Amino acid sequence: MRSGSLPQFRERIAVKISMIGAPVALLAAAALTLSACAANETANPGTGGTGSTTASITLSGKGASSMSAAQQKWIAEYQTANAGITINYSPDGSGAGREAFISGAVQYAGSDRPFKDEEMGAGKFGKCTAESNALNLPVYISPIAVIFNVEGVEDLKLDPDTLAGIFAGTITKWNDAKIVATNPGVTLPDGNITAVHRSDDSGTTNNFTDYLNQASPSVWTEAASDTFPAAFGGEAAKGTSGVVDAVANGSGTIGYADSSAAKELGHAQLKVGSEWLSPTAEAAAKIVDESEQLKGRSEHDLALKLNRKAAGVYPAVLVSYALVCEAYSDAKEAELVKGFIGYVASAEGQKAAAEAAGSAPLSSDMQAKVKAAVDSVK
Amino acid sequence: MSTLTSTTNKVNPLTAGQLPGFALWVTLAGSVVIGGIIDSLVFYGFDIWTTAFLGAVIFLPVIYAVARGVEGRRAAADRLATALVSGAFLLALLPLVSLLWETLSNGVARFDATFFTWSMRNVIGDGGGAIHALYGTLIVTGIATLISVPIGLMTAIYLVEYGRGPLARGITFFVDVMTGIPSIVAGLFAYALMAIVFGPGTVNGFSGSIALTVLMIPIVVRATEELLRIVPNELREASYALGVPKWRTILSVVLPTALSGIVSGIILSIARIIGETAPLMIAAGFTNSINTNPFANPMMTLPVFVYDQYAHPGIERVFYNERAWTGALTLIALVMVLNLLGRFIAKRFAPQTGR
Amino acid sequence: MATVTQSTQEVTPSPGSERAAPPPRRRIGDRVFSGVATGSGITILVILVAVAGFLLMQAFPALTTSPDVLEEQGYGEFWSWILPFAWGTVWASFWALLLGVPVAIGIALFISHYAPRRLASGLGYVIDLLAAVPSVVFGLWGSIVLATAVQPLWMWLNEYFGWIPFFAGQVSGTGRTLLTASIVLAVMILPIITSLCREIFLQTPVLHEEAALALGATRWEMVKMSVLPFARAGIISSVMLGLGRALGETMAVAMVLSGAPVITVEVLTSQNPNTIAAVIAQNFAEAYGLKTNQLIAGGLVLFAITLLVNMGARLIVSRYKEFSGAN
Repeated sequence: MRSGSLPQFRERIAVKISMIGAPVALLAAAALTLSACAANETANPGTGGTGSTTASITLSGKGASSMSAAQQKWIAEYQTANAGITINYSPDGSGAGREAFISGAVQYAGSDRPFKDEEMGAGKFGKCTAESNALNLPVYISPIAVIFNVEGVEDLKLDPDTLAGIFAGTITKWNDAKIVATNPGVTLPDGNITAVHRSDDSGTTNNFTDYLNQASPSVWTEAASDTFPAAFGGEAAKGTSGVVDAVANGSGTIGYADSSAAKELGHAQLKVGSEWLSPTAEAAAKIVDESEQLKGRSEHDLALKLNRKAAGVYPAVLVSYALVCEAYSDAKEAELVKGFIGYVASAEGQKAAAEAAGSAPLSSDMQAKVKAAVDSVK
Repeated sequence: MSTLTSTTNKVNPLTAGQLPGFALWVTLAGSVVIGGIIDSLVFYGFDIWTTAFLGAVIFLPVIYAVARGVEGRRAAADRLATALVSGAFLLALLPLVSLLWETLSNGVARFDATFFTWSMRNVIGDGGGAIHALYGTLIVTGIATLISVPIGLMTAIYLVEYGRGPLARGITFFVDVMTGIPSIVAGLFAYALMAIVFGPGTVNGFSGSIALTVLMIPIVVRATEELLRIVPNELREASYALGVPKWRTILSVVLPTALSGIVSGIILSIARIIGETAPLMIAAGFTNSINTNPFANPMMTLPVFVYDQYAHPGIERVFYNERAWTGALTLIALVMVLNLLGRFIAKRFAPQTGR
Repeated sequence: MATVTQSTQEVTPSPGSERAAPPPRRRIGDRVFSGVATGSGITILVILVAVAGFLLMQAFPALTTSPDVLEEQGYGEFWSWILPFAWGTVWASFWALLLGVPVAIGIALFISHYAPRRLASGLGYVIDLLAAVPSVVFGLWGSIVLATAVQPLWMWLNEYFGWIPFFAGQVSGTGRTLLTASIVLAVMILPIITSLCREIFLQTPVLHEEAALALGATRWEMVKMSVLPFARAGIISSVMLGLGRALGETMAVAMVLSGAPVITVEVLTSQNPNTIAAVIAQNFAEAYGLKTNQLIAGGLVLFAITLLVNMGARLIVSRYKEFSGAN
């Protein structure tokens, strides 16, 4: 009896294996037989085939998501010009980038703010030599637009107190007297204001709250911070895309976001002195020239204290930095970083980013300063 | 005491006391019409969804009352139950159709050969594709399945067939706990594990697989355990009575009986983890180039690709959005193919049941 | 009448020929198989201990540092920070279960007992399509399509039913509220619960069902008498799986919900208690040092919440253990 059941039993086992094996085998086969070809990758010598990233030299960066579009463009242009190099930038956020740079997981970082004085120091950074400090180089300037979606309203002018009041939750209706005062001739509806801010920590929030705090300290009583103050209420959305979508799909909404991300929505004009300024590239880039270097920093460390009150300067601006070492432990890495960041800060690099990401190109003065700093990297 | 002869209207005993067949549809149509009237008058103008909703809300008590009057309490309860259960199904179709329609209409634009043969290396704006993400998903999910399914299946077998004491109770309890691990915490765990073993900042495909395994095992265990428990004891006892050893009973009798459900459970768990974004963002990282080595360098996966395209677009947002939706469509298509495969295998190899 | 006495005598083995019964021989196949099964169970325990250990190690600094240090370097004193999010997690999951479980069981019943036989497996496939949708797509759909569609409904609810505390407050202009997020969660857990329940309902002993019908029960009474009691433990199990998903869902909630650190029962406003998983997702990217530790400690609290909820459910299930199929 046992002998009769054995072949049947074997068949059953085979069935069991095929039951689990078939889908998994298919997956494995799919992964292997197609042996990793991409039409755009095999064209590049040295980067095609399996494990393309291990065959070439890799530069790793991490940091702010605000400049991820610009980083993509810079990386694409640089990789096309230098086929043997692969650069990976993870837009995990400024904090993660700074931390990765400190621990030595990446060769450069992108950050929405420079290292603070207490974070700086020789030998504190993983990829740098023991005597080397870090350098904060501004490479990306982006105006922050105040976007709105109100039925029947095309243009909006908001002075600092009104803007602060809206986001602080003290002004709740669109036809409030303060808004009407600065917008003659515009019919504002009698609806509730839904003010949208970032739910995640972000450099955009930091720069926006910094502006509100400096321009309207009586209404905006909180200091600048990456997190929008919870006490002021309002609606929260994740990421720039989240804020833009929330404003676009809602009604009676207002929010703040990178101006390049929200082209279809209306941008409000902000009051500086007695002028009304729109978030344009020129008005935004001026802030870098009007701002001073932080005190006590080395000659090539271009960390800036942003001056949001200067005339003709659009005040709600985000300045992002590339964090690099003064001197790298590995000479090859130093070469890579110098080449890449040098390109980033150059005229073509800034122009490419302006086209691809809508940033404001660095002025030629600042470009020269950054180039000098990059040249000093060992 | 004369017996009353039946009057001229003959009553058919088979259908006496029952609602005629058309009554159901007439009531339904009537409710929708009344719903539409109320909608136009009371609410902000005529709107098909409000009408449908009002129609449903009116239909339920009306059909109950009508049936109660004609057929009696028990039959009315039965009709109400049928209406509710069918209504539940139709209700579930609403978000499904909406989701699929959104994904299809937005994703079809880039569902072309370029999408499946190009990666995003050096691509800005238009063009490019997700082949690197597709490979990544297949590799990462494949490794996770290879690890999770045997462990999960054997644990379920242990819990049902062998476990009696505190160990079994402990495992059951902790598997429950595991189902509640937030997906991002699984990613953090995998990242930290790699950091301890290989150094900080190590992201690769295998790390992503570890995160997915942590999420997948409890589902496989839970689903399989339930289905194994339901296999009638009589089958097992019959097998033992014939002298079949326990392990062969499990393999030849218990597992095949529960086969369709087990395959269903496995496919469910694959579907659950294949779309996980947060843990893979942390553990497997970002890259725009193909990487087929799961043990070195970041590996892009489809859900991370979808999120990345949506959240970090360039200037011309429309191109990035299109790629995001096509990536989502690819994911759904992938799971559906797996699902079909699973059902086919289950049907082919499962023993015939009475149903 | 000679009495037959021999047959009534007990047959006792003679002392010399007594043979003790051989000890039961464990076949090697059995030993190997049960060893592998036990080993798998222990592997799971090891994995879980590893995850819990990692969580504790990383969360420890946040739990032991003084509140002043946490104020400047973290997110503030731990327990007052986590409380609104713990509340939000439980509250959102409660609404998700409230909306999702009845519908899921209804669908499972429909597919297993009410739908035409030939369509049944196809319909099950259609519902499984919901499980195939990635959570990012749920986030996009929820925040763009669903929120816009239900926003007028929330305004209506607020206008006519605002006296109920849940529906009070100022309605959000975008519709991205807790109730909307709960609907998205309900849709996400639907396929899990439906799939498992459907399988279990299909396994109801046909004899029980036919017996009920033979006694003259209507279809609903048959379901009530033979299907639901049989499946009770399984239903609770599937609801637990669904609850696990709802409690831990990260991406969809992070994209749909407009969250804030408040404790409230209002579900229609812009200020909704965020969920722990969403808070971790939103802040983790930009977090570093003590902030990361605090977020992971939040994950630990979520773990604990899941533990408590599951313990409660297990207590309920254990009372119905004898109704499972293995009787």
